[in-house]
Amino acid sequence: MKKEFTRRDFLVSAGKVMATGLFLPLGSLAIAQKTSFAQEAAKDIAWEKVWEGKEWGFVVDTSKCIGCARCVMACKQENGVPVDKEVYRTWVERYVESANGQINVESPQGGLGFEQGDETSEKQFFVPKLCNQCHNAPCTQVCPVGATYKTGDGVVLVDRKRCVGCRYCIQACPYGARFLHPELKVVDKCTWCYHRVAKGMKPACVQVCPKGARKFGNLKDPESEVSVSIKKEKVRVLKPDMGTEPHVFYIDLDEVVK
Amino acid sequence: MGGYVFPNELEVNWGLFIVLYPYITGLVAGAFIASSLYHVFGKAELKPVSRLSLISALAFLIVAPMPLMLHLGQPFRAFNILWTPNPTSAMAGFGYIYSFYMIIVLLEIWFMYRKDLVQYAETRTGFARLGYNILTLGAKDISPEALHTDHKIVSALAVIGIPSAAFLHGYVGFIFGAIKANPWWSTPLMPVIFFLSAIVSGIALLILIYSVSCKLRDRKIDFACLMSLNKYLWFFIILASTLEILEVVHKGYEGKEEWPMIRGLIFDTIPTTYFGVQMTLGVLVPFILLLLGRSERLATKTRELLTVVSGLLVLIGVFAMRFNVVIGGQLISKSLAGYANFHVGLINDEGIIPTMLLAFLPIAILTVLVRILPPWVGDEPVEEEMEEHKAMPNIVTSQTVSSR
Repeated sequence: MKKEFTRRDFLVSAGKVMATGLFLPLGSLAIAQKTSFAQEAAKDIAWEKVWEGKEWGFVVDTSKCIGCARCVMACKQENGVPVDKEVYRTWVERYVESANGQINVESPQGGLGFEQGDETSEKQFFVPKLCNQCHNAPCTQVCPVGATYKTGDGVVLVDRKRCVGCRYCIQACPYGARFLHPELKVVDKCTWCYHRVAKGMKPACVQVCPKGARKFGNLKDPESEVSVSIKKEKVRVLKPDMGTEPHVFYIDLDEVVK
Repeated sequence: MGGYVFPNELEVNWGLFIVLYPYITGLVAGAFIASSLYHVFGKAELKPVSRLSLISALAFLIVAPMPLMLHLGQPFRAFNILWTPNPTSAMAGFGYIYSFYMIIVLLEIWFMYRKDLVQYAETRTGFARLGYNILTLGAKDISPEALHTDHKIVSALAVIGIPSAAFLHGYVGFIFGAIKANPWWSTPLMPVIFFLSAIVSGIALLILIYSVSCKLRDRKIDFACLMSLNKYLWFFIILASTLEILEVVHKGYEGKEEWPMIRGLIFDTIPTTYFGVQMTLGVLVPFILLLLGRSERLATKTRELLTVVSGLLVLIGVFAMRFNVVIGGQLISKSLAGYANFHVGLINDEGIIPTMLLAFLPIAILTVLVRILPPWVGDEPVEEEMEEHKAMPNIVTSQTVSSR
């Protein structure tokens, strides 16, 4: 005799299908965590050891910057950021106060396009900008796939194999430090030249700065250049009210700079 | 627009597709809520659109993720959001919330149409017969008890569907509202505003789809139904626009650091789409026309026309609202010193033509869906008594269709 497929049978099997549908992705989550790219990479290098006793920090002395933008070009060349495209891992802003007290800000081609300034203005200065490698980074919070993350020594990186290019992190960054890489179609940002830093070198922008306006070092080492600067000078971070706790500290920063 | 924008802000990152995403999701949530007015709150006068609203919700729901996926820099990695979600990301919930909602809508439609499916499977021939047989999933019991269970399940799903719809669209609002870096987005009111404007757009859509489908099928518009939709639309326009205005007034009154930028945005940068389209064409004009449409001094035809035109204006207004939020918010530079420019092409990525195609895709899907699952009820001679109507609206609905 043919067994009748009752309503109850149907509801039970429908329930099973639904439950499977819901739990399958959750199950894959557990699997995915076991084989994450980060952990695969961690197999080769003992990152915990590398990170031990380190927290990188950056100090910008705005009074020293002359706006030559060598840092901007060095950064683009070092990190494969298209030179002819309007995307920047670091850029330099120029602030000029005009006679009527109005402050004009500009950063043509990230500073590569500066022209001779108005020499009559009494107040003018340059401000180099880069990723603040925030302690409470809004970008890592909002990334839907966890492609952007913080390393153990305090640098926010983007995993190019994982980024889906949704650009939510670009919206979340209060500093405009992120952009969609025009060729790779994944999000890109300043890494403080993590590939150089991991080998004991300095970031490219720090290396090329002719005036020593950019300083880089270990905040956990009280003798490091950055620790000493932060201790001796009056420093400020950008947009402190955002609660992001930036790790780029500015010496002599004017109130108008956002 | 002038002023200083950060060098990385020269390009607006979220374009027209991301305007379309909350627009379409809102239409889904709104159409669903409209169907719940009948299924949950027993508004019998909405019977003629009770099925149409759900089928429309499905058509738009199918399209909802498309603009998102097409917008990604890496569309082939889209499913990473499901496989490896980041628990702290508001956006990571999308796949789960969307899937859950899809399941609710599909189940509700299936239980609502089950009797019809069984009957089509018996009466049709050939390929259609096979199709309907598959759609019944083998559940062919259409005894009165079984149909009663169907009805109860539909009601239960409609009840679950209301908070789900609120969540689906409130969540979209949260994606924007929880971005502290953006002064135009960052407000806890955003999810509420999004949800209310979703209901507004859903009812307006229903007015349009219902009246156009009546015209195309050469049927008379159920006037009581249309007037009921008119009233609900009017009521929700008031709620939604009150909160939208409150938000701006509140920001202006507080006058915090970012207020001058917001004032500059709405008065100098997007005044046409904000005051012109969103507030005047999309709120003020339909507010008056809908009221006129309820005036008994006017001829029925005029009142129908006024209601339908209002529906169209509201749909345009809500699209402008999504545009003003999504694009407007990105025009304010995070330097708080200038405004970015928004360029839109005709046929390039996220250009006007691809956006229009995506926007009308749900309508194309709907025209197919209504052939498979005819939602037309209430335009046949009414045989049932009103008492029965109120007691078991769904069973009545099924019988009406099967009697054709």
